[in-house]
Amino acid sequence: MIELANPTRFMALSERLMPWLWAVAALTCAIGLFLAFRAPADYQQGQTVLIMYIHVPAAWLSMMCYSIIAISSVGTLVWRHPLADVSAKAAAPIGAAFTFLALVTGSLWGKPMWGTWWVWDARLTSVLILFLMYLGLIALWRAFDDPSRAARPVAILALVGFVNVPIIKFSVDWWNTLHQPASVFRLDGPTIDNAMLWPLLAMGIGYTLLFFALHVAAMRNEIMRRRVRAMRVKAAGALVAAE
Amino acid sequence: MMGAVASLFRREIRLSLRVGGGAMMGAVFFLIVVTIMPFAVGPDLNLLGRIGPAILWTGALLATLIGLDRLFQADHEDGSLDLLTMTETPLVVIVAVKAVAHWVTTGLPLVIVAPLLGLMLNVEPGALSAVAATLLVGTPALTFLGAIGAALTVALRRGGLLVPVMVLPLTVPVLIFGVGATDAAITGPVPMSTPLLILAGLTLLSLVLAPIAAAAALRLALE
Amino acid sequence: MISHLGFIVAAYSVTAAVLLGLVVWVIADGRTQKAALAELDRRGVRRSAAPR
Repeated sequence: MIELANPTRFMALSERLMPWLWAVAALTCAIGLFLAFRAPADYQQGQTVLIMYIHVPAAWLSMMCYSIIAISSVGTLVWRHPLADVSAKAAAPIGAAFTFLALVTGSLWGKPMWGTWWVWDARLTSVLILFLMYLGLIALWRAFDDPSRAARPVAILALVGFVNVPIIKFSVDWWNTLHQPASVFRLDGPTIDNAMLWPLLAMGIGYTLLFFALHVAAMRNEIMRRRVRAMRVKAAGALVAAE
Repeated sequence: MMGAVASLFRREIRLSLRVGGGAMMGAVFFLIVVTIMPFAVGPDLNLLGRIGPAILWTGALLATLIGLDRLFQADHEDGSLDLLTMTETPLVVIVAVKAVAHWVTTGLPLVIVAPLLGLMLNVEPGALSAVAATLLVGTPALTFLGAIGAALTVALRRGGLLVPVMVLPLTVPVLIFGVGATDAAITGPVPMSTPLLILAGLTLLSLVLAPIAAAAALRLALE
Repeated sequence: MISHLGFIVAAYSVTAAVLLGLVVWVIADGRTQKAALAELDRRGVRRSAAPR
């Protein structure tokens, strides 16, 4: 961590790491897909179980990504580390995209299973609120004219949201059991068979690696963007001084 | 410190009650939201009676949000917020006092008018008191959560619409347990005390944690 | 015969579109920033000693 603590070192190290990260992520996803399409169909869900292999990893990443934003926010507020803010800012749109995927694939899975596009199921609803929280974070980032001033306010909002995540999860579960209609098919279904577990695991690791590749690449972009901005401001200042 | 707190509280109340203070705006907005609902769902009194508590809670939630921009903005513009941070009283306490005063002038009127509006929605008498009781317990949590949003956007020129976008997802638990406790009082199956106690817990939690977050956000805005 | 083929295809295509979109966006954004840095470098703007 100390090695990486400096943006210049981070840029140098990540430049060497990037091609490998992309390659390993692509390879793991390919293996996961191969295993998924070879796995037997579920006796209850038929072939729609194929959607599970891209839905569950997306849902997992939607939560992991928010955790990364929250951890980065602690780094921003406590240590005022420049890379922590870069990490949180780079993670937010990627996390929102994975959350969006979890919602869309969940809906596409639900239609043949439940007969409707959307069920106010506890899990889907929690993920929907998580998605709204991502949008709130991004909205606050975009509201600041000076991006360097946005870092700590956004970190506060991210941490407030992180404290709320378990409370929201708990309340949505409670709300759902209170309004539970007869018996709906649960997304987690029956206990997962081993034949389905391996492809799911491979896809989960593949998605996670893909996330890290995207995250590191987006962090590099963000660092470069800030350098460009700083240099432009400096150049403009020099111009004004010369006149 | 108690003297300072008391005088700050009196100042806040006086400021929001005078002309232009906007204390009654929330209650008026609440009335409008409730009036609009029957136009949307139809004048069927049975249906309105059934969903009345939910309409009242949603209306109160939205009405709490619209006055929030006043919480710190005016003090930030005229510089009194800088003066307040320089006093001996910790900023966390100042934020809490301001939020409580804001609730007294904007949240409490909602609790008082809710039963009257409930009558118009054909909510049964027993449920009216339940709605008022849950609003009394739950609206402070909404104000305190909103205070975080108000503090985060205090220095922003385009903060107006941002506060609801940031705060509304966080208010979902309060809404769930507020309406849940009301429904429990009317139809069951759980006793009303279960969700009501959780609602009270949420309010107490926000009472403790929200001023910390809001004070930290205000400090950043004043840098 | 695969049941509900349409839903499976739709789910996989949406996922592929969004993930590929992310990858393309990240790479394109990286190129833009690199080009901007190179352009500033060409104009002789130097970064101060302590970049943010």
